[in-house]
Amino acid sequence: MLKTASDYFRSLFLFELFKGLRVTGGYFLKRKFTVQYPEEKAPASPRFRGLHALRRYPNGEERCIACKLCEATCPALAITIEAEVRADGSRRTTRYDIDLFKCIYCGFCEESCPVDSIVETGVYEYHFEAQGENIMTKEKLLAIGDQYEAQIAAARTADAPYR
Amino acid sequence: MIELWNALPLLIQILLKILAIVLPLLGLVAYYTLAERKVIGYMQVRIGPNRVGPRGLLQPIADAVKLMMKEIVLPTKADRTLFLIAPLIAIVPAIAAWAVFPFDDGLVVADINASLLYILSLSSLGVYGIIIAGWASNSKYALLGAMRSAAQMVAYEIAMGFALVGVLVAAGSLNLGEIVRAQSGSVLTWYWLPLLPLFGVYVISGVAETNRAPFDVAEGESEIVAGFHVEYSGMGFAVFFLAEYANMILISALSAIMFLGGWLSPFPQTWVHGIIGLDNGFHWLLLKTFGFMFLFLWLRATFPRYRYDQIMRLGWKVFIPITIVWILVVAGAVVAKLPPWWSA
Repeated sequence: MLKTASDYFRSLFLFELFKGLRVTGGYFLKRKFTVQYPEEKAPASPRFRGLHALRRYPNGEERCIACKLCEATCPALAITIEAEVRADGSRRTTRYDIDLFKCIYCGFCEESCPVDSIVETGVYEYHFEAQGENIMTKEKLLAIGDQYEAQIAAARTADAPYR
Repeated sequence: MIELWNALPLLIQILLKILAIVLPLLGLVAYYTLAERKVIGYMQVRIGPNRVGPRGLLQPIADAVKLMMKEIVLPTKADRTLFLIAPLIAIVPAIAAWAVFPFDDGLVVADINASLLYILSLSSLGVYGIIIAGWASNSKYALLGAMRSAAQMVAYEIAMGFALVGVLVAAGSLNLGEIVRAQSGSVLTWYWLPLLPLFGVYVISGVAETNRAPFDVAEGESEIVAGFHVEYSGMGFAVFFLAEYANMILISALSAIMFLGGWLSPFPQTWVHGIIGLDNGFHWLLLKTFGFMFLFLWLRATFPRYRYDQIMRLGWKVFIPITIVWILVVAGAVVAKLPPWWSA
């Protein structure tokens, strides 16, 4: 009986509604969390899996030895590799394509690579303007590796203690 | 200056007066939409639009240009004439109501005695725009939205009308200027205190009348897409938008006039007479109106949409009884000359 009466007056005087207004009113004055994207960026982990790259050794020799482990492990069948024996007798790829439309960015290729050649960089701002640009060829991957080598190496060093 | 004004033909004088009200009003509407996005953003711990111009201040202009460039799509089986007239029917009353609105002591375009009745009748005309839009669109969502808003507006118009009856009983006049003058004194002699229940009912039914959240079942974007204006695009849609916001501003300004003493200063006249800024004036009315306009946005940022039967229950079974009882109380107080409001 008493509870019914108290409930009645609470709803008549909009008790709960004023409580709600107090909550939103409080948030109105709080500091905002918005990250102003193009100018500010959210922090990313060194394990971030973005655009792929093929790395080189410091002497300029490409790391990839065409073992095809990445091609075998890729769950999305996004990687296509063809290999031949180079003039100096070492085994190298003649074709190394990643279809970024098939790729699911799982990072298995990077995990499987015995020579740390194929890696996923922290780069996530890229786009395609025409059909076919989604196929990352060996040249493009090596170029990305050259461009971001410092960043790639730093990320691997930062993550090394946890591996 | 006065001679120059009097030398102008009467028609030009009237036109200038109309422009002096409508242009600032439309500007206010434009920036009210920006304020809405900013305030709701802030309450959701975001910062709202800030890309167009400094701090996003040019956003309403960008929006207006976008809407003007868009094609006006006419649904194949729509009633063309009514479809195109409906937005006008919605916006004309929202703007015409300002003709009798007292901005300061004696600063009115048309100082008529029945200004409260004039405003009541114009605000009920606004619903025709919505119903006609919903019907002429020949779309089930639009029709449902129109039916909902018609039923809702009829229900809340009664409660709102009764709340205003309380005000006119208290003031003894239908003239908005007289209503304000009857409240003069200090913040305690304004009508929000003796008419507190009516004040609450008026503000809430004002929100319902303008079809704003939490009473926005007429739009109900989650269930009937956008209600009565689904089929409108470009300027047709923009005009409905303008009408909705102009109505919100009107309801805010009317609440300020009828319950918060319009242009009156909250301090007693004997203290502040002659002090610029604290003395009575237009700026107080503006401040109070902005307070109510902020409340509209605050409510929208806080509450989920009412269920339809709950809206009807609130209108018919809660508000109307409350207002009737309080009109009797007010009438008794006026007859008994209860100080400080009716002592004279």
